[in-house]
Amino acid sequence: MEALATERGFVPRFVPVAGEAPALTELRRRAFRRFEELGFPTARNEAWRYTGIQTILATDWKPRARGLRPEFPLSAGVRIRPLSEALDVVEPHLAGIASFEDAAFAALNTALFDEAVVVEIERGAHVAEPIVLRFGGDPHQDPEVSFPRVFILGRAGSQASIVETYSGADRRLSDAVTEILLEDGAILEHTKLQTEGEETFHLHTLAARLSRDSRFTSHNVAFGSALARTDLHVTLAGRGAECHLYGLYAGRGRQHLDNHTVIDHAEPHCTSRELYKGILDDASRGVFHGKIIVRPDAQKTDAIQTNKNLILSREALVNSTPALEILADDVKCKHGSTTGQLDDKALFYLRSRGIGEADARALLTYAFAAEVAEHIPAASVRSAVERELGVRLGEREEIR
Amino acid sequence: MSESLLEVRHLHASVGGNEILRGVDLTVGPGEVHAIMGPNGSGKSTLAHVLAGRPGYTVTEGEVLYRGRDLLAMLPEERAREGVFLAFQYPVEVPGVSNVYFLKAAVNAIRKHRGLPEYDAIEFLQLVKQRAKLVEIDEDLIKRPVNEGFSGGEKKRNEIFQMAVLDPALAILDETDSGLDIDALRIVASGVNQLRSAERSMIVVTHYQRLLNYIVPDFLHVLVEGRIVRSGGKELALELEEKGYAWLEKEPPAAVSAGSAR
Repeated sequence: MEALATERGFVPRFVPVAGEAPALTELRRRAFRRFEELGFPTARNEAWRYTGIQTILATDWKPRARGLRPEFPLSAGVRIRPLSEALDVVEPHLAGIASFEDAAFAALNTALFDEAVVVEIERGAHVAEPIVLRFGGDPHQDPEVSFPRVFILGRAGSQASIVETYSGADRRLSDAVTEILLEDGAILEHTKLQTEGEETFHLHTLAARLSRDSRFTSHNVAFGSALARTDLHVTLAGRGAECHLYGLYAGRGRQHLDNHTVIDHAEPHCTSRELYKGILDDASRGVFHGKIIVRPDAQKTDAIQTNKNLILSREALVNSTPALEILADDVKCKHGSTTGQLDDKALFYLRSRGIGEADARALLTYAFAAEVAEHIPAASVRSAVERELGVRLGEREEIR
Repeated sequence: MSESLLEVRHLHASVGGNEILRGVDLTVGPGEVHAIMGPNGSGKSTLAHVLAGRPGYTVTEGEVLYRGRDLLAMLPEERAREGVFLAFQYPVEVPGVSNVYFLKAAVNAIRKHRGLPEYDAIEFLQLVKQRAKLVEIDEDLIKRPVNEGFSGGEKKRNEIFQMAVLDPALAILDETDSGLDIDALRIVASGVNQLRSAERSMIVVTHYQRLLNYIVPDFLHVLVEGRIVRSGGKELALELEEKGYAWLEKEPPAAVSAGSAR
């Protein structure tokens, strides 16, 4: 029986949630229909050209009895509620920020998410401590699929730092969606730390909509999973809005780490900065696709995008594609992409001062990552990132 | 013989298949300062890099003994730990690594190798402060990423500062004067002079006699086409200043005894 089930592969089914608000059920039905129309993406889909999901589709993923529920602390100025208790606030925007029109996995999540978490930063509140949402999971035997869903609402003039961590080593497929809405003047630092086991599959759609004079900083760190894909979509939807996107992905073994980012400059006088860095070792593969759209009205746009990749082995590979779609004329847009190995000159320079070769390599690799890691606001995450890099680089006491 | 710190014997070396050094002989005793001059392309920098162990420089013949041991068999980091220091002509920028962090890693790697206890943060910072004065280097620069955005003069000063902190037994200065204005040159030279001691030998590689007005060598060697063609005292520098290199380019290689300059 079990073998038969496995051969069937991944065939999601829609089951309405009893007692749910009719509007939500209707949204789920629409999403599932859209998912069925779209089907799973194939290599013919440009956005999935470099990322094959055959392994995901060949597995009969069982829905979790309980979704990946986050644990979180309580802080003043923040309300964290299940969606069912915050539907009146969120409903007008739900699936409006992370659109599922052209995104099969976002559609599937919308249809099937078990329980969504709504984080609301109250108007004018300045929350000093980072709010941490941990997605872990209980040990289990069968391959399980979960659909984590987060909605973050930064009310006008609020300031906060939110961390999402994804960890756990089981056979798991996570299809997550995070939607972020920032009202006028809101400031949000969002950090995602993904350290799932190297047998997991991780798909995440992270979409943010920025109102006037708001500022969004994203720190997106991917260390884990056999295949991890993050679709980050930021819409600068209000004059004077600003986003800073930092990404770090470090692959080893046969890991496949994919980041697709879209920055949509929809209004004038907005600024975007993007720096994504990859470290690819062994036979790992990195994919970076960075699109910047400047709409016809978005004059005085100021956008800079940079992707840098460090290749540590002969078999590691990276595909880096910047894409600019500029429809306004009075804009400043720059992009650059580099892929290379450690600088031989720098390596010799460090060694000529007495630092051993392995340590010199680790130091230079670490320095490469630091340009991104040093911006992470939550000290606990920053040190977790440094620790993980340290482990990966076999860093010794000597250079501590 | 056992007194010498460094003995270079009949050294031949190639870079990318081209033979650059064609039989260099040089003996450096403890505390001595040797200047090596020569026209462009004569092999001065190649000699400096071969001694420091730069990958890509192939020794095809000859040997180098450092404190009686085979220097060429050592990795670059081992040479450094044993007391060899190269001040680079073009110091490398290392973004993301602060000078302090880098130097502490280097100092402690060297101390560990020598069986000395590693410095803690406080001891190390005291050392840094004290040595920084020697080359008049701004403490701000020390905290910044290694050489990143430094001016030419700041980079050279940083090299001498590193030398002051790492306390080598053999310092090789590769065209430390190139690209320096007269004030920067004076500061760098004064730093080098303060580091002269009976326990430290130096090889000062330079194209111009000017540097030797400030760092007065005990011996001077002229390298032409990969060979030392003339050795002498500091007065040789003045002769070169007057006549240039051309008159030496026609000379046969100096005898080994002259090359050893002892």
